[in-house]
Amino acid sequence: MAATPVPTSERRLWTFHGGIHIADEKALSNASEITVAPIPKQLVIPLQQHIGAPARVLVEVGERVLKGQCIAAADGYVSAPVHASSSGTVIAIEARPVPHPSGLSALCAVIETDGEDTWAELPEPLTHYAQLDPAEVRERIRWAGVVGMGGASFPTGVKLNPGPDRRIDTLVINGAECEPYITCDDRLMRERASRILEGVRIMRHLLGGPGVLIGIEDNKPEAIAAMRFALGESDLRASAEVVAIPTRYPSGGEKQLIRILTGKEVPSHGIPAQIGIVCQNVGTAHAVAEAVLEGRPLISRVVTVTGRAITTPRNLAARIGTPAAELIAHCDGYREQPRKLVCGGPMMGFELHDQVVPVTKPVNCLLALTAAEAPDPGQALACIRCGRCADACPANLLPQQLYWFARAKDFDHAQDYNLFDCIECGCCAQVCPSHIPLVQYYRYAKTEVWAREQEKRKAEEARQRHEAKQARLERQERERQARLRQKKEALAAKAKAEAGDNAGSEAKQAAIAAARARAAAKQQGTGEPADGA
Amino acid sequence: MTSTLISSPHVPRVNRVDRVMLQVLLALMPGVLAMIWFFGWGVLVNVILAVGFAVLAEALVLLLRRRPVLPALGDLSAVVTAVLFAISIPPTLPWWMTLLGMLFAIVLVKQLYGGLGYNPFNPAMAAYVFLLVSYPVAMTNWLAPELLSGIDLSFSDSLAMILHQVLPAGVDWDAVTAATPLDEMRTQLDEQLTIAEIRDQSALWGVFGGRGWEWISAAFLLGGLYLLWRRTITWHIPVSMLAGLLSLATLFWLIDPQTHPFPAFHLFSGAAILGAFFIATDPVTATTTRRGQLIYGACIGATVFVIRTWGGYPDAVAFAVLLMNIAAPTIDYYTQPRVFGHGRERAR
Repeated sequence: MAATPVPTSERRLWTFHGGIHIADEKALSNASEITVAPIPKQLVIPLQQHIGAPARVLVEVGERVLKGQCIAAADGYVSAPVHASSSGTVIAIEARPVPHPSGLSALCAVIETDGEDTWAELPEPLTHYAQLDPAEVRERIRWAGVVGMGGASFPTGVKLNPGPDRRIDTLVINGAECEPYITCDDRLMRERASRILEGVRIMRHLLGGPGVLIGIEDNKPEAIAAMRFALGESDLRASAEVVAIPTRYPSGGEKQLIRILTGKEVPSHGIPAQIGIVCQNVGTAHAVAEAVLEGRPLISRVVTVTGRAITTPRNLAARIGTPAAELIAHCDGYREQPRKLVCGGPMMGFELHDQVVPVTKPVNCLLALTAAEAPDPGQALACIRCGRCADACPANLLPQQLYWFARAKDFDHAQDYNLFDCIECGCCAQVCPSHIPLVQYYRYAKTEVWAREQEKRKAEEARQRHEAKQARLERQERERQARLRQKKEALAAKAKAEAGDNAGSEAKQAAIAAARARAAAKQQGTGEPADGA
Repeated sequence: MTSTLISSPHVPRVNRVDRVMLQVLLALMPGVLAMIWFFGWGVLVNVILAVGFAVLAEALVLLLRRRPVLPALGDLSAVVTAVLFAISIPPTLPWWMTLLGMLFAIVLVKQLYGGLGYNPFNPAMAAYVFLLVSYPVAMTNWLAPELLSGIDLSFSDSLAMILHQVLPAGVDWDAVTAATPLDEMRTQLDEQLTIAEIRDQSALWGVFGGRGWEWISAAFLLGGLYLLWRRTITWHIPVSMLAGLLSLATLFWLIDPQTHPFPAFHLFSGAAILGAFFIATDPVTATTTRRGQLIYGACIGATVFVIRTWGGYPDAVAFAVLLMNIAAPTIDYYTQPRVFGHGRERAR
């Protein structure tokens, strides 16, 4: 809840359709200063924490690693390296449970820490980045393994390289933090506003100096004040503005925030760069500043550990790879048995099956909810077509139509009704009076469509392979026929010439007969198609 | 921690079907009380009978369909259907017709299509039309408001009339029944009388519509406003339906006020208000897109006026609603909203 009224911004704001007002529950943890979590005995560092190609392992079991040492290199353009977040020994490289909705395991490097936290040799700070080639600065960000900290974990270096033919005129900095409970960005803005702005300054430089809009929901007056104060001290003040936006979930969705601040809509299936906008989270800006100005890789992040089942909700600067259970223990454990442990916020987060999973780059919150906070919605009833879902949908979809189609496995129609514009924000499910798990239906439908597309692609490839083979066989047959014809013609011409030259020679007659016999034998021998040639 | 897999969001749900239905029932109360006030205990008897029959019919079909009975009954949708039906029928309708109507509504119109959420037609209105077509005399045999007839029927009198069709001693049907205002207006207009003459010749008329009737409509309006205030319904269907009705009524009244009643008459006679706030807004059978709801409501309003003015029945809400129920999916299809990030073209 807003403690003090926020002075309204002069800037015109736009709205998006739908959205919901929901108890923000930020007070549980927003008074907790960011404290550094202790070094765990074991770090479990997943080798893929980003969207794109998995990183390539660089270390071996038994190898000693230092804090900040690269343990897996980016493999491909859209990829990110992974660094050791403390010093110690690699004791295993194996599949471990990771924070993922599927609950599946993934390849992790397990490091037994030595408690010394010895830094590896770090690259020189690029404090003079403004004089450097932007490519060099981007390479540093890439080296540091910086990915989007707002949840999508897309490699930041890629996002900061929109290409020479795309002019970026606005850099949107996302400090909305619209999910209930989560306060890590709030605390980061309150405590490290100037560092965030340094990151913003770097990103602005890389994007060719666009205007900067920093959007923060007005339920975070202290963060707004801190950012405004820091901006007033910074040379960015002429080109950047801190904008207080109304608190309405999901205003922190990238497309929604861009709409609120600029009035522009990111095209369906498109990216913001198409309309001259790049959007970055405040946590990402902070990580960029650390990478460029300190030469530090992204090896820790702020995690909000909260929920009414947690004894002392806190904001912790946790090393990447710290098991969730250790962070919860550092918050004095559970006050009561949680109904569920969620990774991320209550609206879009996913339930963790196992609390040994490590913190990864996009994990902003560990949320232990009591039964009262997250009651079992109970048996879903029939849809009464009331349309509340459509009123709440920020993408202006017709969620109940999508639900009917998904239920009927009519995925073509679901796509006609723009299934893939759904951002899975959960507003529809929250307002549904029949308690239908709508988001689950959309995820199911999307997965089915992807599976079908993959199958279609495979079938198409098989068909192309088959057709290519057919064409090749036909071509070989044609070539063979042509060769045969040529030979026959040559033979006939020769015979004709010899007949005119010396018709009576018996020896020649015999030779011709022999040649014909050879030709016939050869023809028989090559009569079968030369498959596999 | 339990291991049940529930997809996000992990927050309490804010709405519930049974609460929605309960709001509707609550909002119907002023109107139902006004009807009991003006037409006697028969209204209450009908409500009780219809609710009982509807719940029994629903339970029976659910058992036959091997579906869980209690959750479906607990959603209160059958009760809403029953109350809407009970206040649409004459207060002395024989009990077995109510039974027939409820069987038709719940078994055929609702459950055979798959139950709540799947029925294309409004069950209460379908049952009303079914009975009106089958038993036109009984279904148009309305009581006169008690303040006109001066006869105070006790609860047991009403019960006897409904169960055995027996009138209290010394009372005959002519004394207790009267044409509805809409019926009277139609009949007299067909007799080539002017509006002024019609209004002069009878004690049936109140300020806007029929005496008593207009107060009932006002009570339903109160309930409807309550639903709007609680956001149980949105304004789109009620406003567009009343606007559709009123705009045509005003147009024809302006053309010839002697053969077309004052527009407010259309509003406060018959089921216009009840229909606008409680019947046309049935989410299951109405359109769901907001633009579609404007079209849907306006078409119902216009159809009501057309049938009232030129059709064979004095009131038309049930017919108009059923007709537009058929059109609802098509309207929905053509009124899809523009999806975020899709240019100005229709979202398809």
